[in-house]
Amino acid sequence: MGEALYEKSLLVLRKLLQDGDLTVSEVVQSYLTRVRTVETRVGSFIELAEEEALLQGAKTLDERRSRGEGDISHHPLYGLPVGMKDNIAVRGMRMTNASRMLEHYRSPYDATVTTRLREAEGIIMGKLNMDEFAMGSSTETSALQTTRNPWHTDYVPGGSSGGSAAAVAAGEVAFAFGTDSGGSIRQPAAYTGVVGFKPTYGRISRFGVAAFASSFDTVGFLTRDALDAAFILDIFSGFDEKDTTSLPHEPTNVYHTLKDRDPDTFLKGLRIAVPHEFMGEVISPEVKARIEEAFHVLEQAGAHIEYVHFPHMAYAEPAYYILTSAEASSNMSRFDGVRYGYRAKDVEDIETMFKKTRSEGLGWEVKRRILLGTFSLSAGHYEAFYQKAQKVRTLIHEDFARLFADYDVVLGPTTPTAAFKFGERLSDPLKMYESDLLTVIANLAGLPAISVPAGFTSAGLPVGLQIMGPMLGEEEVLGVAHAYQTLTEHHLARPTL
Amino acid sequence: MSHVTESAEKTYETVVGLEVHVELATKTKLFCRCSTTFGDEPNANTCPICLAHPGTLPQLNEEAVAYAIKAALALGCEISERTKFDRKSYFYPDLPKAYQLSQYDQPLGQNGKIEIEVDGVKKTVRIERVHLEEDAGKLLHTVGGTLVDLNRGGVPLIEIVSAPDLRSGKEARAYLEKLKAILSYTGVSDVRMEEGSLRCDANVSVRPVGETRFGTKTEIKNMNTFSGVEKAIEYEAARQVEVLKQGGWVRQETRRFDDARRVTIAMRSKERAQDYRYFPDPDLVPFTVSRAWVEEIKSSIPELPDERRARYMAQYGLSAYDAGVLTLERTLADFYESAVQAGGDPKAIANWLMVEVLGHLNKENKAITETPMRPEHLSELVKLIEEGVISGKIGKSVLPEMLESGEAPRTIIERKGLIQIQDTSALEPIIAKVIENNPQSVADYRAGKDRALGFLVGQVMKETKGKANPQRVNELLLKALRS
Repeated sequence: MGEALYEKSLLVLRKLLQDGDLTVSEVVQSYLTRVRTVETRVGSFIELAEEEALLQGAKTLDERRSRGEGDISHHPLYGLPVGMKDNIAVRGMRMTNASRMLEHYRSPYDATVTTRLREAEGIIMGKLNMDEFAMGSSTETSALQTTRNPWHTDYVPGGSSGGSAAAVAAGEVAFAFGTDSGGSIRQPAAYTGVVGFKPTYGRISRFGVAAFASSFDTVGFLTRDALDAAFILDIFSGFDEKDTTSLPHEPTNVYHTLKDRDPDTFLKGLRIAVPHEFMGEVISPEVKARIEEAFHVLEQAGAHIEYVHFPHMAYAEPAYYILTSAEASSNMSRFDGVRYGYRAKDVEDIETMFKKTRSEGLGWEVKRRILLGTFSLSAGHYEAFYQKAQKVRTLIHEDFARLFADYDVVLGPTTPTAAFKFGERLSDPLKMYESDLLTVIANLAGLPAISVPAGFTSAGLPVGLQIMGPMLGEEEVLGVAHAYQTLTEHHLARPTL
Repeated sequence: MSHVTESAEKTYETVVGLEVHVELATKTKLFCRCSTTFGDEPNANTCPICLAHPGTLPQLNEEAVAYAIKAALALGCEISERTKFDRKSYFYPDLPKAYQLSQYDQPLGQNGKIEIEVDGVKKTVRIERVHLEEDAGKLLHTVGGTLVDLNRGGVPLIEIVSAPDLRSGKEARAYLEKLKAILSYTGVSDVRMEEGSLRCDANVSVRPVGETRFGTKTEIKNMNTFSGVEKAIEYEAARQVEVLKQGGWVRQETRRFDDARRVTIAMRSKERAQDYRYFPDPDLVPFTVSRAWVEEIKSSIPELPDERRARYMAQYGLSAYDAGVLTLERTLADFYESAVQAGGDPKAIANWLMVEVLGHLNKENKAITETPMRPEHLSELVKLIEEGVISGKIGKSVLPEMLESGEAPRTIIERKGLIQIQDTSALEPIIAKVIENNPQSVADYRAGKDRALGFLVGQVMKETKGKANPQRVNELLLKALRS
């Protein structure tokens, strides 16, 4: 006992609900109380669902259950409170993308993940803050509000899924959806001491998820532990005809494989690669120390760890920013003030309307990327930038392919440092971009990767261990993460708020 | 100023390439499931996808790809095995994503050709590419401001780009007519320029005869009819020649055709080319077109105008011209063929169809599909004349009614009692009466004045209200006069 409802993992809560030891109303009420208590200090929500509607919805589920109607085993997320990053469409709710441009925009349709969430009977608690259009690494580029790190409110929660990470860390939701194009789930998960999981590109439908960089954007989750993430992945993975880039595969079945597996047997003989480039000088000594401790735990359990080289690591970051900015510049162009969203006033012609709307509606980080991307797609620069970066992408693929021929997973820190203070990097984009240094490569190659809590710095800030697997290797990634968590207790720590 | 005189002595040739956009007749749009119906309430056929709401993704309509492949094959193109869509970026209020999904460097079809014929001279026009793309919406300018209708936004289009092989407005027109014929045969589009399902831009330049390099071209837009295209090109070529003869140079620009004044007017300069920043659409994975699929589509292509024309000449003995007229539109060609199959002399049917039927329909501005007359009725009419049941004259007189009511010719002539009198016993008393009443003419005939016979035949026809078989009357009169 002693553990409050909002501190429990999704699967524990689920069992209590399924066994009838808890009602949905009790769960929702408990989370609402928690949100009311901490939200002024954390600031994760851009929109919280209406309290009365939430309670009414919970009551309806409880009443149906007491009448013995509806088999809840068909609804895997029955009664569980879920948060949605604000770039995911939930019909009738705001979908601001943390931008002035869409401050008052409400989505007229549901994303595919939202549809599946409703079918699973999860409870949508609200929409969570993020960096504007997912461009940023601290949630500071949100035009609408500030989200703070629940472990230390002087520090950023990371980004772009900062609201999702903070909400899970603070116990405001049982789990949250995020999106990860270059580390936007894993980096804030590392900064806030939660699990952040990004599946293989295309595993989960992108339909209804506002595009930042289409060939990088991946839907994933922020959870309390790896087993929760496996359980949720099985629900939301699988082909979607509305997203032609979604993989033509059946939904995964990872949870049942992991649940009954003995972690020691699994780790014995596991081949782990650690690229030297992930543990170099740029990594802070405290982060490095925590990660080496994690390696030690795994080695003790029988895993083989070898240091290897990742030849094209140095080119990953520049290639990532060229390609994502190019795609972003094009994806952002639909925000023109014509059909929805913000429109500038007092304009005499259409050209001025476009310019003024976009100048006033978009923030500086978004504009920076639009400019970068427009430049690299322009005639005369396309070959030198966009095409060259695509070649780097291929080389990164090949580096990984070589590694996974000999190793099961690739390990390293999620971020070079722990969370930083507000304002510390905002004026220095290159310093800010550095927080993605170790995460972008998984997106360049489209591989599954996870960040799991691996302890704290002396300042009490969480450190994340990153595990990357081969294409479609969710089972390896989640398997190692789960095994690690059965051997450690870092993921059980909760912030005091 | 001496060079002015010099250039004034040169003769110039016109060089034209056409870019034709054709709307495909699919039921739904290219990347969403909205209807493509023309003429609905503004924005009735829109959804979050074609309105480019955040988070939406394109879903490729396979029917549109099949139609585009069919069109490209009918135009003699090679089909690319691997193809993709690219984003073409520009801001305009009728383009919701601010990029158009089009095909840049891997078009569906390449290296096609079509044959045209102008003034009896045949010519092959090369087709550089056929690619698939989405249409934009429409702007409605009102007193209160400009409104956007996105019903058309996302409707599938094919763009057909010809090589600069055309040398006159007339050739351009012949090319368009042939293109329209081919596409309407395949059924992939209703190819109606007046409804905007066929749109044409022309790239026009001139150069001195003998010169192999191209002159500076202008792009002509806003041509709404085939004859408009012809006139616009003729005007523009003459304008450019005049500019050169005056010692000036042609500006690379886009020009608009003013149909009423029959002139082209400069719209915007093209000297600084617009940068569309094409790049492969990351939302649609590149796809392969299987050989089997191409073969399946190929086998569904019906006989095309050129083949049909050749067959009509060989099989029905029609002249090149007649076969050409009858095969320009598939509906007319089908009508002709059904009539021939119902019986009757193919040449006679062709004449009746081209002269009488089309004559009537053209007067009323109708198409062959808009008359209730059935092909078998035309065949029946021709057979009735061949068999001498009615005269050609009576045939002509009942045709308008056939076209109006859709009644069979036999029904009409029977009801009106127009069947020819062939029966000798019926005609002999009438002839006897005419001879008796016209002694002077009889005397004239016997005196060797052959013209008198014609008068007597006319009198018999008059007595029978035109129903007597003139051939028969002639025979019987001669017999009576000789006796």
